[in-house]
Amino acid sequence: MSTLIDDAARRLRANPAAMCALVVISSIVALTLIGPWFNPNGSETLDWSHVASQPAWAGAHWFGTDRLGRDLFARTLDGARISLAVGLVASAVSLLVGIGYGAVSGYIGGRTDHVMMRGIEILSGLPLVFFIIFLTVIFGRSVYLLFLSIGAVGWLTMARIVRGQTLSIRQREFIEAAVASGAGTARIIARHVIPNVIGPVVVYATLTVPQIIMFESFLSFLGLGIQEPHASLGALIAEGAGEMEAAPWILLVPGGLLALLLLALNILGDGLRDALDVKER
Amino acid sequence: MLRYFLTRLAGAVPTLFIIVTLAFFLIRAAPGGPFDQEQTLPPEIMANLQRAYGLDQPMWTQYGRYLAAVLHGDFGPSFKYKDFSVTELIGQGFPVTFELGSIAMALALILGVPIGTFAALHHNRAADYAAMSLAVVGIAIPSFVVLPFLGLLFGIYLHWLPVAGWEPGSIRHLALPVVALALAPLSVIARLVRASMLEVLRSHFIRTAFAKGLPLHTVLVRHALRPALLPVASYLPPAVASIMTGSLVVESIAGLPGIGRYMVQGALNRDYTLVMGMVIIYSTLLIVMGLLVDLLYAWLDPRVRFER
Repeated sequence: MSTLIDDAARRLRANPAAMCALVVISSIVALTLIGPWFNPNGSETLDWSHVASQPAWAGAHWFGTDRLGRDLFARTLDGARISLAVGLVASAVSLLVGIGYGAVSGYIGGRTDHVMMRGIEILSGLPLVFFIIFLTVIFGRSVYLLFLSIGAVGWLTMARIVRGQTLSIRQREFIEAAVASGAGTARIIARHVIPNVIGPVVVYATLTVPQIIMFESFLSFLGLGIQEPHASLGALIAEGAGEMEAAPWILLVPGGLLALLLLALNILGDGLRDALDVKER
Repeated sequence: MLRYFLTRLAGAVPTLFIIVTLAFFLIRAAPGGPFDQEQTLPPEIMANLQRAYGLDQPMWTQYGRYLAAVLHGDFGPSFKYKDFSVTELIGQGFPVTFELGSIAMALALILGVPIGTFAALHHNRAADYAAMSLAVVGIAIPSFVVLPFLGLLFGIYLHWLPVAGWEPGSIRHLALPVVALALAPLSVIARLVRASMLEVLRSHFIRTAFAKGLPLHTVLVRHALRPALLPVASYLPPAVASIMTGSLVVESIAGLPGIGRYMVQGALNRDYTLVMGMVIIYSTLLIVMGLLVDLLYAWLDPRVRFER
């Protein structure tokens, strides 16, 4: 197990694109955390002397301001922090559900496995995005619902991967030993199966982070995400798209950051997948 | 074959039924109703409205009536767009959405397959790396970022294309939205084709084809292409789904009069019938797509048999 991780780490370090991506991601994360300390402007402060002003040193609006005179640098970092948080938490939700479902289905096997996998097939055939739009419209725009509903979509693939890993682990001798020593099914799954599948699966979860960030931005773009005065990157881009003729920087700053972040996350995810060689099913 | 197809078609009916049922009760479980306004209506008027639209009936009666009407092809009147039936609204908007989506899909296939093949032929050389780097960009950056960026560049700075708006039959107005929508599926297709083409090109029957002295393009078109397209076929339904969801935002950015806007607006307005109509249209499209892909599979890989 540890050699697997070591090998993967070595292969990852040999991949220049993935290492660059890692640097970009760390910089963005660091910037969202420490950026506010350097920026004299808060993300909600209205600066009426600089309304929709260009990027300039004056007033320390390095990336300009929006229509209400709010500092774009501060707002974009705010948005990026929210997007990252949603990406991480929703990935964690999908990871939890996926591990539970996949491990049970793969370990018990037989009819149960068949039925559970059929369920996943049916669910992935449904236009889930529309149901999520539904849910967010109907039950209000709470952050928790956002986490849950986005995580609810992500777990399908995750469960498939966990099941695949579990199927191979089920054949191993230590499982047989556990069965022979009289351990119950629930105990075997929790104590023996899950700890052994979790490594590669957690890494695989990083692949879903950009998808989830993209999806959250999509919802925010439609006005169904986090509410004002907070805004995730998607909402900022929607705002910028409406102003792009007169004040293109309102679009370019958050749009550029989202593009950069997603690109880096995708490249890193691809690198991790190549390094670990995780296969679906 | 025909029998298999009919079984699948029959299997699609319960799926659609489940979707319709879920959507029907979900949207009605939402707080508020279609006739809520800033000023509360006098109770008599409200009661009249409710009666006119059949909303005073018990839920199950409404559900039964709705299902019966849908089976007769009647999606009911829109609650918010007065004097319009849902069938009319969707009938007006759908051609625009369909044109946008199908051109985007066609573009993704027409460019994605050759790019993937090209990359596979130049495996681990500069052309391969260039194509695959572009593909990562295409996959990573969402359409609602691509489209405004394209609009800024080609519309506002270069003045080549209109930023937004719509004229019937005008390709220029569709150009940017189509590119924005096609980019992600195009990139995925290029990646899939590259991977499968690399595998196919290593197989024995391709070596035989080259050994016979066939020129490269004949080997590619006559022998390698079909098996290499299999993964693309199974990607088609998710591709259609992603183009559909993408069109929700792309239409609103580009100001196209498609049906994309009805989904979110309809749900926000509690326009029950309109939302239901949208759900039915989109789910049917996805299910039909799945069936078509099955047929495509049989054509691409003759080993696929439809016995159960």
